[in-house]
Amino acid sequence: MRQRIMQRVGFALLALTSLIVVVPILLVVGIIVARGLNAVSWEFLTAMPREGMRAGGILPAIVGTILLTLGTALAAIPVGVAGAIYLSEYASDNIFTRSIRLAIINLAGIPSVVYGLFGLGLFVIFLRFGTSILAGSLTLAIMTLPIIVSTTEEALRSVPMEFRTVSASLGGTRWQGIWKIILPQAFPGIVTGVLLGLLRAAGETAPILFTVATFFLPRLPQSVFDQTMALPYHLFVISTQVPGMPMEIQYGTALVLLVLVLSLNLVATLLRSYFRRRRQW
Amino acid sequence: MNNLITREDTNLVAKLARTIGASPKLATEASLAQAQAETNVRVGAAVSAGGMTIENLTAGFADFTAVSNISLEIIPNKITAIIGPSGSGKSTFLRCLDRLHEEVRGAWAGGRVLLCGEDIYAAGVDPVQIRRRVGMVFQKPNPFPTMSIYDNVAAGLRLNHFRRVPQLDEKVEQALRQAALWDEVKDKLQQSGAALSGGQQQRLCIARCLAVEPEVILMDEPASALDPIATLKIEELMRELAREYTIVIVTHNMQQAGRVSDFTAFLMMDEDRAGRLVEYGHTKQIFTNPKDKRTEDYITGRFG
Ligand SMILES: Nc1ncnc2c1ncn2[C@@H]1O[C@H](COP(=O)(O)OP(=O)(O)OP(=O)(O)O)[C@@H](O)[C@H]1O
Ligand SMILES: [Mg+2]
Repeated sequence: MRQRIMQRVGFALLALTSLIVVVPILLVVGIIVARGLNAVSWEFLTAMPREGMRAGGILPAIVGTILLTLGTALAAIPVGVAGAIYLSEYASDNIFTRSIRLAIINLAGIPSVVYGLFGLGLFVIFLRFGTSILAGSLTLAIMTLPIIVSTTEEALRSVPMEFRTVSASLGGTRWQGIWKIILPQAFPGIVTGVLLGLLRAAGETAPILFTVATFFLPRLPQSVFDQTMALPYHLFVISTQVPGMPMEIQYGTALVLLVLVLSLNLVATLLRSYFRRRRQW
Repeated sequence: MNNLITREDTNLVAKLARTIGASPKLATEASLAQAQAETNVRVGAAVSAGGMTIENLTAGFADFTAVSNISLEIIPNKITAIIGPSGSGKSTFLRCLDRLHEEVRGAWAGGRVLLCGEDIYAAGVDPVQIRRRVGMVFQKPNPFPTMSIYDNVAAGLRLNHFRRVPQLDEKVEQALRQAALWDEVKDKLQQSGAALSGGQQQRLCIARCLAVEPEVILMDEPASALDPIATLKIEELMRELAREYTIVIVTHNMQQAGRVSDFTAFLMMDEDRAGRLVEYGHTKQIFTNPKDKRTEDYITGRFG
């Protein structure tokens, strides 16, 4: 009897802790939706900002964030996935690969503003890309790489060893086995990892601060060497730098950024559960 | 051909060993060779298609020797069973026959393994090519989980082709028929291979192996995860396949070795834990009239 009461109390406490996790998230989302929804209109999504950003839309910021995320994907996915394949399938365990792994773990812990300064030094100044979409995407890509490499490596390692052996026994080379047998099995994990990495890139402010983002530019970028507005930075600007900014627009912008990021997240979740249903061993 | 030991030779060696009072070990090795020579229904047969000659094969992992100095002949179109206690190196031995052993980090092998008279361990031989000629079926049924039944069978062929494989449909059907699975799956080729029963999955793996058209099929306890009926089905299938293929099977099941194989090799580890060949001969002889006391003890279940 006492044991059962103890158990009840235990479960109640556990439920309470999970509530503590959920409540702030719900509050944040709830408030942003409640106060931002009014601001979001067709014009808000498709028009240029007017009157010192106090009216009009946020189109350049939306486009900028989408372009930066795409650029990050283009730069980070091939390098990250290829690196992970090398680490998981080819590299032997030696000082060299161990130091690479150590570097990856440490890179994931570096504050994003440091990446921003690094991008400023390397891409903007040294390589003369200027503050541009190119420099911003590459900076975000470098920040995203550790996430992509480690999640992809994890996904590859979760494919049981025996399938590599089977593939070899069928007369496949190492690469044929990876390409046709191991990668398809690791695919859902890789997609999830990649999307989570991009998600982080899409929402970051500090790395784009010095490398691409601009305060106010009411036109769409024409090339990769253009500056652009971007949602996270725009949100920072209108919340702190512009006096007399209507609250509504601030919440509306936050809502758009939130929806963009959450929809990437949703895609990751859907893909994962779709593939999980398809594979069983 | 000329490296085969003839019966006269081995008798001579055995006699010599006895007369000079050589160490018992040398004597055993000599009598082993003798048993082996008597075994060879067709001396030199191992040189023809699908035959294998293993000479002084020693293999292991890092500083551990798992099998030591094994020599025997695999006769084409026959089933050779490898039996022995757990840890005697049966799987290691088997995996040396298609150079799969070396896929394990730190694994090494020495000696000669001739496939149709060519040493597969010779310098310049591509293990990938060898594995297309010598296929393997594993203990646990392991169809590729992300692939349909059809794709599983086609997997080996597609591995080696970056474009469309010619006559793939025909090849898949043929492999499935050979594996006695066609009638059960012909209406659901696009379904996942993981949805089949264990026995069907194992036959799917056999079909996957057959599709590459190997000459020799190695099977490592292919039925140990299956129920008795599925096991019998696999055994029946093996007898059927032996018409066209050379089969080497590792099994823990004495009855199975007795039922299905033509030849039996008995491996056992020494004090140093390295597996050695104790006796090799016709299955009937091994089971009814073993020459070595240890074989008899093992077969009658006194140890192992
Ligand atoms: N990957 C490995 N690394 C190190 N040692 C290994 C490895 N695989 C097997 N061994 C060792 O090699 C010896 C022979 O193993 P093997 O798997 O060939 O035995 P087996 O006769 O097939 O046994 P079982 O009947 O249990 O399958 C064992 O002592 C085992 O511990
Ligand atoms: Mg084994």
